[in-house]
Amino acid sequence: MSKQPRDNDFTIKIANVNGTGSASANTLLMKAFFRMGIPVAGKNYFPSNIQGLPTWYEIRASRDGYICRSGRVDVLVAMNAETYRKDLHDVAPGGYLIYDSTWPRAKQLARDDITILGVPLARLCNERFTRARERVLMKNIAYVGVLAALLDLDLAVVRALLQDSFAAKPQLLESNQAAFDLGYHYARENFSCPLPFRATAMNATGGHIMIDGNSTAALGALFAGATVVGWYPITPSTSVIDTFKRHAERLRKDPDTGRTNVAIIQAEDELAAIGMVLGASWNGARAFTSTSGPGISLMSEFLGYGYFTEIPAVLVNVQRCGPSTGMPTRTQQADIMACAYASHGDTRHVLLFPANPEEAFYLTAQAFDLAERLQTPVIVLTDLDIGMNDWMCRDLQWDPAYQPDRGKVMSREQLEKIEKFHRYLDVDQDGIPWRSLPGVHAKGAYFTRGSGHNMYGAYTEDAKEYQAVVDRLRRKWETARQYVPTPVVEQSDRHRVGIISVGSCDGAVREARARLAEAGVGANYLRVKAFPFSRQVQDFLDAHDRIYVVEQNRDAQLRSLLLLETRVDPEKLVAVLHYDGLPIVAASIVDGINQDMARGQAA
Amino acid sequence: MSFLAKPKVAHPGLPRNELGLTVRDYEGGMSTLCAGCGHDSITAALIQAAFELSIPPHRMAKVSGIGCSSKTPAYFASASHGFNSVHGRMPSVATGANAANGELVYIGLSGDGDTLSIGLGQFCHAIRRNLNMLYLLENNGVYGLTKGQFSASADIGSKARKGDVNQQPPIDPCLLALSIGCTFVARSFSGDKAHLVPLLKAGIRHRGFALVDVISPCVTFNDHEGSTKSYQFTRQHAQAVTYADYVPPATEIRSDQAAGTVQAVTLHDGSRVLLHKVGADYDATDRTGAFDYVSRHQARGEIVTGLLFIDEAKPDMHQVQSLPDQPLNSVPYDKLNPGQKALDAIQARFR
Repeated sequence: MSKQPRDNDFTIKIANVNGTGSASANTLLMKAFFRMGIPVAGKNYFPSNIQGLPTWYEIRASRDGYICRSGRVDVLVAMNAETYRKDLHDVAPGGYLIYDSTWPRAKQLARDDITILGVPLARLCNERFTRARERVLMKNIAYVGVLAALLDLDLAVVRALLQDSFAAKPQLLESNQAAFDLGYHYARENFSCPLPFRATAMNATGGHIMIDGNSTAALGALFAGATVVGWYPITPSTSVIDTFKRHAERLRKDPDTGRTNVAIIQAEDELAAIGMVLGASWNGARAFTSTSGPGISLMSEFLGYGYFTEIPAVLVNVQRCGPSTGMPTRTQQADIMACAYASHGDTRHVLLFPANPEEAFYLTAQAFDLAERLQTPVIVLTDLDIGMNDWMCRDLQWDPAYQPDRGKVMSREQLEKIEKFHRYLDVDQDGIPWRSLPGVHAKGAYFTRGSGHNMYGAYTEDAKEYQAVVDRLRRKWETARQYVPTPVVEQSDRHRVGIISVGSCDGAVREARARLAEAGVGANYLRVKAFPFSRQVQDFLDAHDRIYVVEQNRDAQLRSLLLLETRVDPEKLVAVLHYDGLPIVAASIVDGINQDMARGQAA
Repeated sequence: MSFLAKPKVAHPGLPRNELGLTVRDYEGGMSTLCAGCGHDSITAALIQAAFELSIPPHRMAKVSGIGCSSKTPAYFASASHGFNSVHGRMPSVATGANAANGELVYIGLSGDGDTLSIGLGQFCHAIRRNLNMLYLLENNGVYGLTKGQFSASADIGSKARKGDVNQQPPIDPCLLALSIGCTFVARSFSGDKAHLVPLLKAGIRHRGFALVDVISPCVTFNDHEGSTKSYQFTRQHAQAVTYADYVPPATEIRSDQAAGTVQAVTLHDGSRVLLHKVGADYDATDRTGAFDYVSRHQARGEIVTGLLFIDEAKPDMHQVQSLPDQPLNSVPYDKLNPGQKALDAIQARFR
């Protein structure tokens, strides 16, 4: 983003009160940019509340294709009197503020370095609409009309979007169009339209969709063949299961029987949710759960059980902000350590780190293959930013040749032939034993126990027998290194400085690298996609003198994990952190790196 | 403790069931519980019940939590898969396993600590789902593995081995189960195998959640004078309201008892439970009546045993969820994959 807003390069922020139905208006606005071919990102900053608290929606148009939060506001629509003072303050110098001028505005709420535009939204809607709820809802569509005039949005695109939304409800189409027109015409008649920066059609969104990562994670699980879900509602992960359920009920329905090939069980808590997943996976179904940090805490005992007894499981952890309840509707990447070593004893888990909804789709699907191949729980770590915001992603493709990797499962025929089956025997020398499913064959029977067991699956308290099993589990971990997705590396031999990052930091890191490059600072980039770390991570660490580890938590958890799990010199790893609950911005990375470099030069 | 295999020598004269198996084929590893433990008698009754029902051992799945009782899946049916889970969480494992494959016979083993303290929530919710399983609560009023603390089923005034007297009211699993819609509620005594075996058979064949609460004295920590879960106390205070007979499908019922004292309940597979009632007015299909009867006798210090309540009509979890007949764990992937066309249709809404 340049210093000043330009055509197709600006940020709109809408301040509202939650429960007033602004979401559909904001989506309409965001999609108008998208359909005009302009890269766009939508970020929702909402309260942990149903009605009456402040909520903001931010739309960034970026002709350069940057999809992270911009960190600035060029046009602000102030629909919430309670936050007006703060919202006014947030507008960048030279920007615009639109407010509802139906009521007088206090004189002291002014700024002389921005342009303030009053639109009597409530009065316009009260004159046009009669029902109370309609009057509230339509104010939102009316401000979209105002913005459409100011930013020169393509009216045919808006019309088509309204038609898509209300195809089944012509009356609503009419009233929404009327509300849009109220705002549009008022702005045209009273302001100089368009603004110096505006939307102009581009061709940069073809082959893309605007989607949230909870939807894509749900689709990943659906396409991977998940049949059992145990879950407990928790913000911000709930819509993973809501979406999965909605699609599964339609797409998994057997046309012959009318029954649905899926069991979605709302558990009594997260302890039960993961118990159900382990029970179903033990029994040979692909099963998963979706949760957030507090849920991971509750699932930890069972995660250790799953690790030690070697039962596949897939968890999607949509990370949220804070220790304890924290800020459930804000984002963070603060569960990295909690997930990597969840549970007591010598326990470690395979983690996958999608950077955006597109990767959330593919990695959630891959998690099932990994969980079954490695016979262990796999946790997909997204976050609220990925999970609940609208991201521009490439169209999702499902390989028609895909077949699930069910791993080493003894078939009835294999059991028939074998003399004796031993559950935990490392027959292939890769640390992964063979498993058998209940009900298949008497020779496959074994006792799954969290207590000490030997390589034959029998109870043991023998020192050597116990250690042989946990050592073999560690060998399996080394095998896992070869199966997990490799990091994304963008590297040139010219640079001795590197950036390592993870997940949803990706967009901001890319923008930061571009800005640093403009200032003559080159940095290579590695984004980890999985734990355990692949060989490429060690190579990258070895190849750089100074490495900035960019992540969204206070305690530099990815950096800690790198220190624990690689042979890197701690002095080389510099933490660049962002953890206020809002999605990371490029500026925080640029500033962090510049400050460190300045310190280095001063020394 | 070590793993001991039981020598497997079957006497040629041993009776065989419909599958041609002997009772030895339903046995498991050697018990490592204390000599005289009530739990071992329950294991023996289970072996007998599974044998008599001719269940293929590999079509059973044994699930348990943590505690002495939860060790017992190791002591029967070596040819069945077992899942000794974490403390108090067996019901959730059973729920997931059952969702994946409803064709197996699920036998849950738990104790009063595992069920009524740490696992109370999961126990209740498995009942609410009417999960199709036999849930055996081996109830001794005490934490055995940690050496003698009171459990939540200990009665007020019951004395611990070291002399402490319990002051907190007990949670009665049968009354609790009755109050939250359990479809099969029974109580028995580990010292009365003839009473227990038919209850276990009926519980296995019941479609839904079958709770069998078995008073199972802990000979080491809770079998002394002053305990209300001892062999002696239970023998003196147990009062059977019904004696169950399990009648396989298509077997003629012959009853020489007086009319009004036998209640026949047909299970979904056509088998029947014949309840020989001690009191002619007891109706095992009347939930509130059962609750009232058990409560009144409990207030008098009596332990009511028998099949206390049965409701065969209520749908189980599979029916409520409308799950397909084919187990979900064996639905071929081609049937699960919606395909690119469906994906494209979904994505059209995100443009």
